[in-house]
Amino acid sequence: MAEPLLSASGLCFEAGGGRLIDGVDLAIRPGARVAVMGANGAGKSLLLRLLHGLIRPSAGEILWRGRPPGREARQAQAMVFQRPVLLRRSVRANLRFALAARGAGRADRIARAEQALVRARLDRLAQRPARLLSAGEQQRLAVARALACAPRLLFLDEPTASLDPASALAVEALIRDAHADGVAIVLVTHDAGQARRLGDELVFLDAGRVAETGALPGALEAPRSEAARAWVEGRLHTGPAR
Amino acid sequence: MDGFWGALARAVGLILAWDAELIEIIGLSLRVTLSAVAAACLIGLPLGAAVGAFRFPGRIAATVALNALMGLPPVVVGLMVYLTLSASGPLGVLGLLYTPAAMIVAQTVLVAPIVAALTRQVVEELDREYAEQFASLGLGPLGRVRALLWDARYALLTVALAGFGRATAEVGAVMIVGGNIDHATRVMTTAIALETSKGNLELALALGVVLIAIAVAVTGTVMTLRASAVRMAYG
Repeated sequence: MAEPLLSASGLCFEAGGGRLIDGVDLAIRPGARVAVMGANGAGKSLLLRLLHGLIRPSAGEILWRGRPPGREARQAQAMVFQRPVLLRRSVRANLRFALAARGAGRADRIARAEQALVRARLDRLAQRPARLLSAGEQQRLAVARALACAPRLLFLDEPTASLDPASALAVEALIRDAHADGVAIVLVTHDAGQARRLGDELVFLDAGRVAETGALPGALEAPRSEAARAWVEGRLHTGPAR
Repeated sequence: MDGFWGALARAVGLILAWDAELIEIIGLSLRVTLSAVAAACLIGLPLGAAVGAFRFPGRIAATVALNALMGLPPVVVGLMVYLTLSASGPLGVLGLLYTPAAMIVAQTVLVAPIVAALTRQVVEELDREYAEQFASLGLGPLGRVRALLWDARYALLTVALAGFGRATAEVGAVMIVGGNIDHATRVMTTAIALETSKGNLELALALGVVLIAIAVAVTGTVMTLRASAVRMAYG
């Protein structure tokens, strides 16, 4: 089995006197497609931020290819947020900015930005102010910007949560293309259908703990844990006592 | 009232006649004010952006200090700059007292805290929105400040406008360090004070009209730019 790109062991995060992430162990291998699911407040987005290095864990260890994450890990990862964070610039300038931040040279960033525009079918909107795009176009731009940086691991935090089905499918197509190019995906989603379409492995969180893991789609069809079963059946689950 | 209207009519006459004294005073005023605002922006924009974007020990104290300095009394600033530039002061050797340069220094000291404090506020708000994206991209501190200043550029125009308003209306500090010397350091505000005290209401009113016209023109231009930026979602 290939060496994990990213591994977490005993990962904990505490805030406000509570333990929001509690002893999570996880390994993401090259080309993996991991769907992170769970009820609201289960810690999905927090886990993503911890794995991506946006927040420091209270305890536990994260390793990038067996070593503490450094510049190489940052360069090899990208993240798309639920609400796309777009700069007050044109579509094209948003792409070029991200590439400049990653240290791409001028000619390289011009070429890669144009490729990303075409890939996301945003080339006709290249000169438009990014914040005037529709919600679906904005999220496509956010995904295109992340992919333009050529990550090996892409984190996606509910990237289609507020999109209509057509826009969601367009975003999913970009994610599928990225995976076909070898990019590992960690996707937070509430949508079981999307988890089945885009995920190969499930990580189900309940109150900050991993309640269930398994291969998709089977793990969603016959969940072993009460938390995942309740979620699949649409029942309210109060979760374990913290 | 007849006196007022008569004085106003003569003031308009002075403006229309492009009176040489009037033009000289307006020219110097604009030179001093615009130079001071430019210098204050050079100091205040990066300073405010750094306080707004970075977390460091003493940040709250720095924020409080910047906000407090916004209310610096002009005469106190004038006095401090006077003492610094006077013959026995630490920078007396430069011989700047009673020159336009001294007036620029005084106005810069007055305006820089305003620019810095308002910039901090604008940048801090923007940074809250961008912080995670910047962290995800691995953007360094310098790149972060540059990007924040650039993306806040239209909001910062309003900040510069606030500084311009303070500088252009200021009289106490420039009077102390400039001395209101005819053909040397006389600017609109000090000239208005002097001419009013002498009873020369035409020149005082003409300068007042021009001062207001400049303020309206600058404010109008900045607001138009800002409104168009907001329409384009760049503001």
